[in-house]
Amino acid sequence: MASATQTDHMIDDLPPARGHWRNVWSRFRKRRLALVSLIIITFIYLLGIFAPVIQTHDYQETNLRRTQEGPSTENWLGTDRAGRDLYTRVVWGIQTTVIITVVSFVTGSLFLGVSVGLVAGYFRGWIDAVIMRVGEVVSAFPDILLIILLAATLRPRILEFARNIEDSTGINGLVSSGIVDYVVIGIALLPLSWFGMMRLVRGQVLVLRDAEYVQAARAMGTSTPRILFRHILPNVVSPIIVTVSFGIGGVALSEVVLSFFGLGVQPPRPSLGVMIGEVTARGGASVSVLRDHPEQLLAPIIVVWLLIFCWNIVGDALNDVLNPRAR
Amino acid sequence: MLAYIVRRLLWTPVLLALAAFFVFFMGTCAPGDPAELRLGPRATEERIIVERARLGLDKPLLFQYGKYVNGILKGDFGDSYHYQGRPVLEILLPKLWVSVQLNIAALIVAVSIGLPLGFYAAKKQGTGRDPAIVITMLILYAMPIFFTAPFLILFFAVKLHWVPAAGWDGFFSLQIILPAVTIGIPGAAIFVRHMRASTLEVVGQEYVRTAHAKGMSNFVVNYRHIARNALLPILTIMGFTLAGMFGGSLIVELIYGIPGAGRLSLDAIFQRDFPVLTALVLLSSGMLVLANLAIDIAYTIVDPRIRLQ
Repeated sequence: MASATQTDHMIDDLPPARGHWRNVWSRFRKRRLALVSLIIITFIYLLGIFAPVIQTHDYQETNLRRTQEGPSTENWLGTDRAGRDLYTRVVWGIQTTVIITVVSFVTGSLFLGVSVGLVAGYFRGWIDAVIMRVGEVVSAFPDILLIILLAATLRPRILEFARNIEDSTGINGLVSSGIVDYVVIGIALLPLSWFGMMRLVRGQVLVLRDAEYVQAARAMGTSTPRILFRHILPNVVSPIIVTVSFGIGGVALSEVVLSFFGLGVQPPRPSLGVMIGEVTARGGASVSVLRDHPEQLLAPIIVVWLLIFCWNIVGDALNDVLNPRAR
Repeated sequence: MLAYIVRRLLWTPVLLALAAFFVFFMGTCAPGDPAELRLGPRATEERIIVERARLGLDKPLLFQYGKYVNGILKGDFGDSYHYQGRPVLEILLPKLWVSVQLNIAALIVAVSIGLPLGFYAAKKQGTGRDPAIVITMLILYAMPIFFTAPFLILFFAVKLHWVPAAGWDGFFSLQIILPAVTIGIPGAAIFVRHMRASTLEVVGQEYVRTAHAKGMSNFVVNYRHIARNALLPILTIMGFTLAGMFGGSLIVELIYGIPGAGRLSLDAIFQRDFPVLTALVLLSSGMLVLANLAIDIAYTIVDPRIRLQ
């Protein structure tokens, strides 16, 4: 009886019928920690997107008379060992993170992961087997080592390719604009991003392909692409969103790690990883900077930390909100 | 279940061979001609051609791959470009052994913090301590190693002088503590999360209630009925955690100046010593695959229910 009255109660409490996403949003809004996290994430990303507008200096501009200074009205977060403005460099570093995250998720996770997952799950058979085995091989490597190997071997090739394009088309500044770095990191992160998404989508599709409404659609002679994209894909969107929100922190961290190792974004272009690497100096070389000015680490590290933490909280909340059955 | 293990055992060599091909192929994509790199910049055209033939670089890719795998099976991963033709394995093994020791120490840290804490959080569900532990662990999990490592060095080595700031002096030394803790913290956070979830699942089981009803002491119920069963699923995530920690140890080795595989891999990249890098990637993925296989087999031994399926 207790449960019956509880359900009645819940039905009374339900808001008037409205769109699925508005429902999701209103449930999400009630989670204060997740909401705060989302606001922090948005704020950080806005800082990155508007970096050219809100910078106070040029990110390359050095000022050797004002090195290793603390925060001041001139340099809001202080200066590094070359007298560059830390605030400006952090903001540009965030922009790098934003670009890498978007590029890597749109290409790797969403485009490749979702489409391959749909195909593998729907057609099964040998296509599925081949895709899964490839995925197993890729996931046999320790993530970071594989990313390092890819970045190290591919960079010269891609650099060469970009130079050829410059020479043959007469477009200048392709190499110096840093696009090569983004392409290298994007490709290096591919194996990390596509397999998880693919496995998830495949698993969902395996269940849905035998659902009655899909059988009905098939019986009515609906074309395969239409079944995949109109009938199955919309039902997989929720888990995709959850996976993306959990994965973004990891991708952002991978870029930071690559740049820290000197394999990602190349100086002078700022990246949070480059900034951290310059202080901790990848072992030994500048322990003195670390000892005397550890505060220079704070800004880039707090940004990375907040991004990972907040995306985890948002992911948890989205998981609860989007999968009512899992609650 | 036996069929599953047999299939896994048969698939593992194939998996490793495919991984080797991938790594080998990436190695051939690497910049620079190995023959030129070995002979140095002043080598003549003829000598390079002779060297290329000697190394088999003029043969088709698949033939070269066959030779590479054949070498690996005999324990020969080729010669280093940088260290004047010393065998890769001779350079790699001591460094890899250092990394393995470091990871074992980190795993001990992660397990000994993570499992009891996860168990405790689950037992305290409904009180304020459970969410406090969960949130703290999430904060620690998100904390980048770039932060933990310098922070621990500054506090425990530079300020308190309890332990040396950097270096390596074997498994049983003070130096290992900081790096092991640095790698272990995110690992501990993962263990807390999973241990808490699996304990909560077991706590609600009927045999636990029965045990309580029989009048068994809390201690016996906690450890014999709940903890032992809750530990089972943890075994399977051990493999993933190991992989994650290994990645973390690369960064930690650089910051703490530990002469392990992380340091070596970075040096190999900048010296364009690709035989070393490919061998390192291959060996570590091989260890990972075998570790996961061992865990899966151990799982069926520990949990008879799985064997019967």
